[in-house]
Amino acid sequence: MIKSRIALAAAASTVLASSGAACRAEAATPADLLAGYAAHSARAPDAEQGRSFFATPHGRDWSCATCHGANPVAEGRHAATGKPILPLAPGANPTRFMDLDKAEKWFRRNCRDVVGRTCTDAEKADVLAWLITLKP
Amino acid sequence: MIMNAGIPDVVLTVAACLFAVGPARAGAAQGPAAADPAATYRQECGACHVAFAPRLLPPASWNALTANLPQHFGTDASVDPVIQKRLADWLASQGAAGRARPQGDRITLSPWFRHEHSELPAGVWFRQSVKSASNCGACHQGADSGVFDEHDVRIPR
Repeated sequence: MIKSRIALAAAASTVLASSGAACRAEAATPADLLAGYAAHSARAPDAEQGRSFFATPHGRDWSCATCHGANPVAEGRHAATGKPILPLAPGANPTRFMDLDKAEKWFRRNCRDVVGRTCTDAEKADVLAWLITLKP
Repeated sequence: MIMNAGIPDVVLTVAACLFAVGPARAGAAQGPAAADPAATYRQECGACHVAFAPRLLPPASWNALTANLPQHFGTDASVDPVIQKRLADWLASQGAAGRARPQGDRITLSPWFRHEHSELPAGVWFRQSVKSASNCGACHQGADSGVFDEHDVRIPR
């Protein structure tokens, strides 16, 4: 919870300080994306809930961890094709969660496979809040 | 945007801005990538599997696959409509004209694929290091670039 608040504050200062305007349309950071999802949720992000959501199957064959690995600071592997998947945690792979469109595309696809529906912004915020805490 | 108890207003403003830029950024993505559909293909399709060389399937198979990306061999591989059209047009234009459409539009069920791999013991496909016949890169070092020369083959244990 405290970590989440720090991330939110960081996102606000980063975006405002560098833009000088109300909005900025360039590259985002994981903290920016987290702040965005949190603002669209009815509650604060919960990293522990995100960890559990990530690790647990949701009534189907796969969980997030099936392909991304239980500890996503390491490489994962696509469950069907075997292709290696670079680490998902931003702490281990700085290209992750730097682009809202890309994050949305993958949440859309993967949530349909894992959960059978699109994920809510609260669920995305929880998972991202947890991923941000992971260090290699 | 309701009941954000404890989250400062400034954060909500920033977050709203961040989410409001979606359409503009999607538009920007059509710039350089539009000139190079091969790059779009590698980016969109090559994340989950080898970006299979287009010549490995006939245009009819590519048309069927790109028209049905939300149900793509058991997974959701959906892309936005602009990207979908770009991929569909390019793959159909690069496919192997005249080649028969394989069962299920699977490269690995093509007669030529089975013939080329007929010397392999069946167990190879099930090794943890290979996992699937569609994991070309497990053995073909140049698979990502469409190179399937026998000299570049290294079968893992």
